[in-house]
Amino acid sequence: MDILVAVKRVPVTGGRIVLTDDERAIDTRHLGFTISPHEECAAEEAVRLVEAHGGSSTVLTLGPPEAEEQLRDALAVGVDRAIHLLSDGEEWDPQATAAAIVAAIEAERAAGTDYQLILFGNESADAANFQAGARVARALGRPFVSGVKALALEDGGTLVRLEQEAGSGRDVYRVPLPAVVSVKEGLNLPRYPSVPGRLRAKRKPLDTSTPTRPAPRLAMRSLSLPPGSGKQARVLGRGADAAGEVVAVLAELGLV
Amino acid sequence: MDALVLIEHGDGAADEGSLQALTLARAYPDGAVNAVLFGPGAEEAASGGLAGVQTAFVTTLEGAAFSPDAWASGICELIGRLAPGVVIAAGSDRGNDVLARVAARLDLPLAANCTAAEPSESGALVTRVRWGGSLLEEAALEGAPVLLTTALHAFAEAPREGSAAVERVDVTLEQADRVVSVTEHVEAGGGGVSLAEAAVVVSGGRGVGSAEEFAVIEELAGLLGAAVGCSRAVTMAGWRPHSDQVGQTGTKIAPELYIACGISGATQHMAGCKGAKHLLAINADGEAPIFASADYAVIGDLHEVLPAIAEAIRKARQP
Ligand SMILES: Cc1cc2nc3c(=O)[nH]c(=O)nc-3n(C[C@H](O)[C@H](O)[C@H](O)COP(=O)(O)OP(=O)(O)OC[C@H]3O[C@@H](n4cnc5c(N)ncnc54)[C@H](O)[C@@H]3O)c2cc1C
Ligand SMILES: Nc1ncnc2c1ncn2[C@@H]1O[C@H](COP(=O)(O)O)[C@@H](O)[C@H]1O
Repeated sequence: MDILVAVKRVPVTGGRIVLTDDERAIDTRHLGFTISPHEECAAEEAVRLVEAHGGSSTVLTLGPPEAEEQLRDALAVGVDRAIHLLSDGEEWDPQATAAAIVAAIEAERAAGTDYQLILFGNESADAANFQAGARVARALGRPFVSGVKALALEDGGTLVRLEQEAGSGRDVYRVPLPAVVSVKEGLNLPRYPSVPGRLRAKRKPLDTSTPTRPAPRLAMRSLSLPPGSGKQARVLGRGADAAGEVVAVLAELGLV
Repeated sequence: MDALVLIEHGDGAADEGSLQALTLARAYPDGAVNAVLFGPGAEEAASGGLAGVQTAFVTTLEGAAFSPDAWASGICELIGRLAPGVVIAAGSDRGNDVLARVAARLDLPLAANCTAAEPSESGALVTRVRWGGSLLEEAALEGAPVLLTTALHAFAEAPREGSAAVERVDVTLEQADRVVSVTEHVEAGGGGVSLAEAAVVVSGGRGVGSAEEFAVIEELAGLLGAAVGCSRAVTMAGWRPHSDQVGQTGTKIAPELYIACGISGATQHMAGCKGAKHLLAINADGEAPIFASADYAVIGDLHEVLPAIAEAIRKARQP
């Protein structure tokens, strides 16, 4: 089975987000980059499915040239191939993003690869639009299930069984392949890339193309940090000597 | 401008998130507010009161199973009939999922998790949350109708009062609308205090050191009747299951007291515990970012501090 995974390059923001002077982006000068944990799980799942059932896995991103780093990371954990849709560095709105991904999937189909399973993160780490997967599925006329935390092939690989959190339990879906699924962290525990994995990743095939960005219909104007908590922590003490003060606070809160 | 609100419900009453979405719909200028409810119990939830709603359109859909494409189909049909200026759902799992499907069907933009919205010439100006709430975005959203979901807890709940006219509507479903349907619901096993609901949560981060050393976290949690939580560094190390993870891609919690031990306070962790009434941070590094969000701070090695606290609690409880 051929599987496609869509990932998005985002900064690792650490303890505090700093914006650029024009307040239209995060100041990433001192930051590393990664992908959403949801998408890491999607890539891991694709690798495991191919290990268990054969086929191939492909990772795709729409992003700046630097996003090759995230594609190589996915190749290092075992994904076979990468597709890089080069952007101008601007963030594309959800409709434009989905359209570019759909065009790439259709080009792949024309070239002989018809992905039976297309995996997304439930939401991108930064923009969190909660919609790329639904749009791609609709455009392809395929079933879509969001927020999946367990996935298994059934019926000789013609159906996929999916679990989604619902209230205190889980809803189960069984949908025919080909299908589009968005996943959440917790689906699996992604492996760390090994050194040989990293070396192999350098030689794995990576195709690029450059789609053109349409005018956004959800247009970001500016970013801002939510008002701070304004809290000033009361230091209860240092080391074990703080225990008495801590218990006094617990008593104030009615816990002791 | 008329508004249409998707009301999710359970046990015959509207969900809190949907009542928050209703508050935004009512604040939207000039127009009637209508609601749409699906599935068993819809009529009861509609009659139970939806403040300010003129007509509640109720679609039982045959069979009890949740079917997101059927909901999307029903909403699109109502949009065709009522021509609302704005369609709003809660930024819940289902609300975001179903409105994304509506947006895809109508090829319209959608802004998820808004904290504010007002009409503009070509659609709406919205404020929405990014990064799990660590960043706000001002955006111009096109669309007739405007499609949006409300960030959870960004709006007060509309009261469950008033008497909306209830109108039953049938949705014409295509075969494809039924392909994605819940076939089964499994309840989570396992007792213990649920992380999402616990009044007190004691969490450990990388600073705990290993899976075994979580014993100190568990001991304090046990004494306080608290749930155990953790950071992503811990789940990635395999020390705790992901179901214990607090944060942007873990569980969002709002306990009375959150005790974070050996956790640095990355924005993605804090995105999951902003709702905590009180935060006690225990960290060896006096400069750790978590102290900036804390109410109470203890600077020190958690392996010394936690056993001492446990001891002091036991002593305080001795008759
Ligand atoms: C898109 C995205 C989503 C994410 N989602 C989540 C999420 O849902 N939840 C989450 O937690 N993280 C999430 N992360 C990861 C997050 O950015 C941090 O990497 C993570 O929270 C760090 O965990 P930590 O604080 O335990 O580890 P560290 O940052 O390594 O901090 C360890 C802390 O322990 C202290 N310490 C060490 N030893 C001791 C000791 N003996 N006693 C006391 N203190 C000690 C250190 O001073 C330090 O402050 C996400 C990241 C990204 C990019
Ligand atoms: N620029 C992008 N390139 C590739 N995949 C993307 C991109 N943006 C979003 N996605 C995918 O779509 C999912 C949902 O994104 P969003 O709709 O922005 O929340 C993400 O988790 C990714 O799997």
